[in-house]
Amino acid sequence: MKKIEAIIKPFKLDEVKSALQELGISGMTVVEVKGFGRQKGHTEIYRGAEYMVEFVPKIKIEAAVPADSVAAVVERILTAARTGKIGDGKIFVYDVEEVVRIRTGERGREAL
Amino acid sequence: MTRSTIGKWPLILVFLATLFLSGAAAVGSAEEAPAPAVQKAASAPAFTQEMADAIANQKIAMDTVWVMVTAFLVFFMNLGFGLVESGFCRAKNCVNILFKNFVVFAVSSLAFLALGFGLMFGDGTAFFGLKGLFFATGADNSPAMGDAYQGVYSALNWTGVPLWAKFFFQLVFAGTAATIVSGAVAERIKFQAFVIFTFFMVGIVYPIGGHLIWGGGWLASKGFLDFAGSTVVHSIGGWAALAGIIMLGPRIGKYGPGGKVNAFPGHSMTSAAIGVFVLWFGWFGFNPGSTMAADWASIAHVATTTNTAAAAATLSSMITAWVLLGKPDLGMALNGCLAGLVAITAPCAFVSVPSSLLIGLIAGILVVLAVFFFDRIRIDDPVGATAVHLANGVFGTIALGLFADPAVCPAAAAAKKGLFLGGGMGQLGPQLLGVALVGAAVFALSLAFWFVTKILCNGIRVSEEEEMEGLDYHEHGNAAYPNFQLIEKR
Repeated sequence: MKKIEAIIKPFKLDEVKSALQELGISGMTVVEVKGFGRQKGHTEIYRGAEYMVEFVPKIKIEAAVPADSVAAVVERILTAARTGKIGDGKIFVYDVEEVVRIRTGERGREAL
Repeated sequence: MTRSTIGKWPLILVFLATLFLSGAAAVGSAEEAPAPAVQKAASAPAFTQEMADAIANQKIAMDTVWVMVTAFLVFFMNLGFGLVESGFCRAKNCVNILFKNFVVFAVSSLAFLALGFGLMFGDGTAFFGLKGLFFATGADNSPAMGDAYQGVYSALNWTGVPLWAKFFFQLVFAGTAATIVSGAVAERIKFQAFVIFTFFMVGIVYPIGGHLIWGGGWLASKGFLDFAGSTVVHSIGGWAALAGIIMLGPRIGKYGPGGKVNAFPGHSMTSAAIGVFVLWFGWFGFNPGSTMAADWASIAHVATTTNTAAAAATLSSMITAWVLLGKPDLGMALNGCLAGLVAITAPCAFVSVPSSLLIGLIAGILVVLAVFFFDRIRIDDPVGATAVHLANGVFGTIALGLFADPAVCPAAAAAKKGLFLGGGMGQLGPQLLGVALVGAAVFALSLAFWFVTKILCNGIRVSEEEEMEGLDYHEHGNAAYPNFQLIEKR
């Protein structure tokens, strides 16, 4: 099992979610986050004074998937979340040791 | 009193109209009436004292309803100020700024009742009232007007409404002057210090400044005019705010080395925008209500000049900010609208509608430049109160001397022609004198009372730790948005 962590632009959430649902993914967790990458934030103006927004709002999607579907999931996120402009985000893939469904006690792939 | 002519016209017109209508109903018009009817009219009862009294009572009733309804509108402006100021402040100080805006009217009500009204409107010297000082309990036979008036508040004898209508209307204005201060000193003043200063402000500072002008004092005798309070309310509030800002110093981190100005974005532009809408609405009580009589021609004229100036200033501030900053800035346009309203407050009854448009246009440009100017000289004003109320209160007062035209409406008769209408310094001179005197007197008095407050409260500024963590938690043990995690860098 693998965990996919994708940091995307907030307005891309719906598209990414639909794309992953079409792929048959069984669940995901979404977190509102702030951060910077190469984009290095942006400036805003408030009542005449410019200020730096160093941490730009993003959405982080977390989903655990079977190891054999990782390639397809990453591909789907790439197409759905890409605008081609700076600030599109990143995808991280981790190994997952164990998954447990709390209600039934099922473990491993059964629990996904 | 300068506005003594305002009240007479409606009375005369109502009288004539009623006379005509009742006469017509009784005898028919002279042209159509056959001879027997004329004969009948001759034997009909003459115009009796009862009828005259009934007409006078109608006039008093209409004037009183108008004064009270507009006073309630001005009261509603407290909500506007509360929303603007809390919107322009950070979420960690939201409870504090709301609480200040809330408590300020309660304090104002008691301070103005206990002392302020008597000091401002009681008969006395050219600089403050002496009679009927406490709890507005001096002798008074309102709604008797003019020469029929017998009492100690003769500065208000030009309006034919009951004493408590005069009191209530003036109270909501005093409350407005006090609430101007709260935004300017926001995010760093001790709650207790603000409450104590408000007692001084509404009990003493505002009434002394106001007595000079509306209380029949020295400036009134020099021909100084301020219809609804560009000076009396707004620049007095602005000068007191400026004194407070100087005593407090800027918020931590506001100004960096090398003239750098750091922005502390307010937490809700929604609140700020709703607040300005509420204030714009409330101003239709503030200015047209200052006729203090159901004087139809003047009310309609004042409402139109007021709205025209607000609209012009909104657009000119928007365009100025757009040119200087590259984007239309909502915060600046909101300040711009208020600037136009403040600037037209003194001249609203004395200038033509096209003049009000010009005054608004200038006010909108002035407020944007004033925001930059005050930041440049490190006067840290979180909501722009000095740029709006002080700079434009002064400008509006001077604009009266430039654009005044005694012919625009019945209430304008008290004015002399302004400089641009060929009146020379006749009206402009007293206006400049008033701006200088009120500025010096109110600024000095305010500094003195801020100093007294500082001694009473063992300092007027919160600790550095409290300022960084937020006044809500430290001053009130409270949070405006407890279900949200607030990540504020400053």
